[in-house]
Amino acid sequence: MSLIKFTNKGIYCEQGGFYIDPWQPVDLAVTTHGHADHVKWGNKAYLCHDLTRPILNQRLGPDLVIETLPYNKQVTINGVNLSLFPAGHVIGSSQIRLEYKGEICVVSGDYKVEYDGISTAFEPVKCHTFVSESTFGLPIYKWQPQELIFKQIQNWVSDNHDKGKTSVLVAYSLGKAQRLIKNLADYCQIYVHNSIANLNEGFIKAGVDLPETTRITPELKKEMLQQGIVIVPPAMAEGKWIKTLQQAATGVCSGWMQVRAGRRWRSADAGFALSDHADWPGLLDAIKATEAEKVFVTHGFTATFSKYLNEIGIAAEEVKTQYGNEEEEEPVPTTTEAI
Amino acid sequence: MKRFSELIQQLETSNKTNDKIAALVDYFSNADDRDKTYVIAMFTGKKPKRPVNTALLRSWATELSGIPPWLFQESYSSVGDLSETIALVLPPPEKVTDRKLHEWITDLARLNGKSDEEKKAFILDAWNSLDTPQRFIFNKLISGNFRIGVSHKMLVNALAKQSDTDSNKIMHSIMGKWQPEEITYDALIEGAHVNTDNSWPYPFCLAYALEMQPEDLGSVADWQAEWKWDGIRGQIVKRNGELFIWSRGEELVTDQFPELHFLKDELEDGTVLDGEILSVKNGNVQVFSILQQRLNRKTINKAQLNDAPVGFYIYDLLELGTADIRNKPMVERRALLEQIVSKLQTKDVAILSPVIAFDSWETLTEIRQHSRDMNSEGIMLKRLDSTYHSGRKRGDWWKWKINPYTVDTVLIYAQKGSGRRANFYTDYTFAVRDGEKLITVAKAYSGLTDKEIKEVDAFVKRNAVEKFGPVRTVKPELVFEIAFEGIAESKRHKAGLALRFPRILRWRKDKKAEEINTLEDLRQLLNSTLS
Repeated sequence: MSLIKFTNKGIYCEQGGFYIDPWQPVDLAVTTHGHADHVKWGNKAYLCHDLTRPILNQRLGPDLVIETLPYNKQVTINGVNLSLFPAGHVIGSSQIRLEYKGEICVVSGDYKVEYDGISTAFEPVKCHTFVSESTFGLPIYKWQPQELIFKQIQNWVSDNHDKGKTSVLVAYSLGKAQRLIKNLADYCQIYVHNSIANLNEGFIKAGVDLPETTRITPELKKEMLQQGIVIVPPAMAEGKWIKTLQQAATGVCSGWMQVRAGRRWRSADAGFALSDHADWPGLLDAIKATEAEKVFVTHGFTATFSKYLNEIGIAAEEVKTQYGNEEEEEPVPTTTEAI
Repeated sequence: MKRFSELIQQLETSNKTNDKIAALVDYFSNADDRDKTYVIAMFTGKKPKRPVNTALLRSWATELSGIPPWLFQESYSSVGDLSETIALVLPPPEKVTDRKLHEWITDLARLNGKSDEEKKAFILDAWNSLDTPQRFIFNKLISGNFRIGVSHKMLVNALAKQSDTDSNKIMHSIMGKWQPEEITYDALIEGAHVNTDNSWPYPFCLAYALEMQPEDLGSVADWQAEWKWDGIRGQIVKRNGELFIWSRGEELVTDQFPELHFLKDELEDGTVLDGEILSVKNGNVQVFSILQQRLNRKTINKAQLNDAPVGFYIYDLLELGTADIRNKPMVERRALLEQIVSKLQTKDVAILSPVIAFDSWETLTEIRQHSRDMNSEGIMLKRLDSTYHSGRKRGDWWKWKINPYTVDTVLIYAQKGSGRRANFYTDYTFAVRDGEKLITVAKAYSGLTDKEIKEVDAFVKRNAVEKFGPVRTVKPELVFEIAFEGIAESKRHKAGLALRFPRILRWRKDKKAEEINTLEDLRQLLNSTLS
């Protein structure tokens, strides 16, 4: 009998009686990471990595029932051995390893294989069944090493500075923002939007070594911002506030910026293909390293990616889930009421 | 090529005209002199002969990247641009090169006539020497289809600014006949080539859409009204015994319209006419779909000449006796034009576009209602004292189009867009009701705001019923009002008819799928336009 089932509430482990990243309320939600498409409000209890706790409290409220684990420590739930392994996606992101009667299954949530300097580095876990994302599961997505991208960002910032423009980087408040801060803080002063500052406070309290940044407040002089780098979440990128800056130049940091169409769609002044997801070679390497007999492909280019895996001799199947819209983490208007 | 690749990135990463012009000025001030004319040629759509066909490029790129062909196709569908897809799927380059843009172009041209093996060796070596952005440029050089959001006007403005030259003069120069390998940048800007060239056309004078009430234009005595014809805007140039017909797309279309060749014998040298190429039968202008049968054909047979005879409705006179008269007031140009037309021996083929007599804006409003009866799109208003401007200028010429036809339809298929919309469902197919069935009548790509596109995209993702490759069948629920300019019979479409220029007018959130139009409604409309 398989260790996981794909139900209309989410990924279910029947033997253990818990769900992994459910999208409807359940008794116990084992949580891979804190992005809104992976963790919903209303579960009776949450089990996640130590560093995911501050995110859940920040985003879902202070009164949650949360159990946490460090990486590589095993607990047993109804006879199912459960442990967390770093997924390298954002701070606290975990692959969930389940073991029951010798059968091993790993649900990876979202992951990236390149070490980003702030999230614990991805660790491949051998298993029989592997659940993988496929956000960038096309061979057109091959990331440059992050050092090169940060070099490009620095050049762009210095060019903006020469032209009297304010550099505004657009990045998810959880993950990409901390990655930028960690890698750019030595370069110049960083100013962050409230939603990012709040998360950072939680991380610093939890012991994450995050460089100091300045929270953007109405009192802050706009000329100050022009001297450094401003980081805002996507929802702010087209808002009014940006227009109040001195000649803002916006740079979107996202894997989608790999393609010209993605850059133009976001109507940004610059696009940097900096992603917290594995690229095409990354996905393939990670999957091969698990030596899994069966791979379930969740959100992303599911059909294409699973077809390719089958062609290269890895049994794979696409699964419909509700993951894959990280942008929902940001307060954007929901799209359903109108329809 | 690196410098050009930087220019393209600058042009693509800004949506502000001033930034783009600044980037162009900077480029034309600093780039290698021999590269510049090639860049102008590229941006104005001068295409060299394609040295390697697309199928070969695709197969080499697929082979080199070690992926199956279907996966290349999936990648292409997602990227929406073949040159870019190839640039992205290839393995990283192992070499570097600092060859200049014009050297690449020259080498590519030399590939014509070589064997496939020789071509392949050259292309693979190039791919292996260029980084992703430069590979993209290189692939674009092969295909010649360079569209990067630089309009003609923007290029002209940048060149004018860079060289401190009048923009009309630049427009002239770059529209004429020249080859990038034969002319220097300075000579091109100077316009040294255009005086000796018989064919050069003038930039068309274009009109803005009238958005105010006609009453706001002032006294009717200052205005001339004509029908706005729905054909191909054309310029006929007769100089030194030669006749040239230019279309508005700045293409020479002389050979496509033999009916007009008599003008070579009947017009004086140094005469340039502006008008509309139309299909005219027994003195009646035909709908555009009839003229369409004559367009973009290499050869024309008797049946086509018979079914869709062509005429030229003349709007204006730009050159007379080799003198540029565009700065004379329109009323004078029109009088001179009337003299020229009256002297033509062949009657009824090239005629004056009739002036509409009217004494008040109310009368003209009433007349305009009957535009469709004569297969016109509405009315053109031109100030009697207006000069013939280069390009679009607000104030002197207005197009006052009648409202388009509309039909309420339901969305039934969606497909991800290409280009800027590659990751959203933006290409839609719409249907009307035919009894119990739904039958597709239009595909449309534009007309929604970005926010609406995101909403529809979310609907499609949640309500996809079936997949056919990249196409999703969706629950027939969202109603859209489609606007279109014309309707024609079509054997290729299941509905038996095709809409011209369909676009989404608005999303009718107030309407249910039961309330959409029927195929019978459209058939009736079709019959009314043909009678």
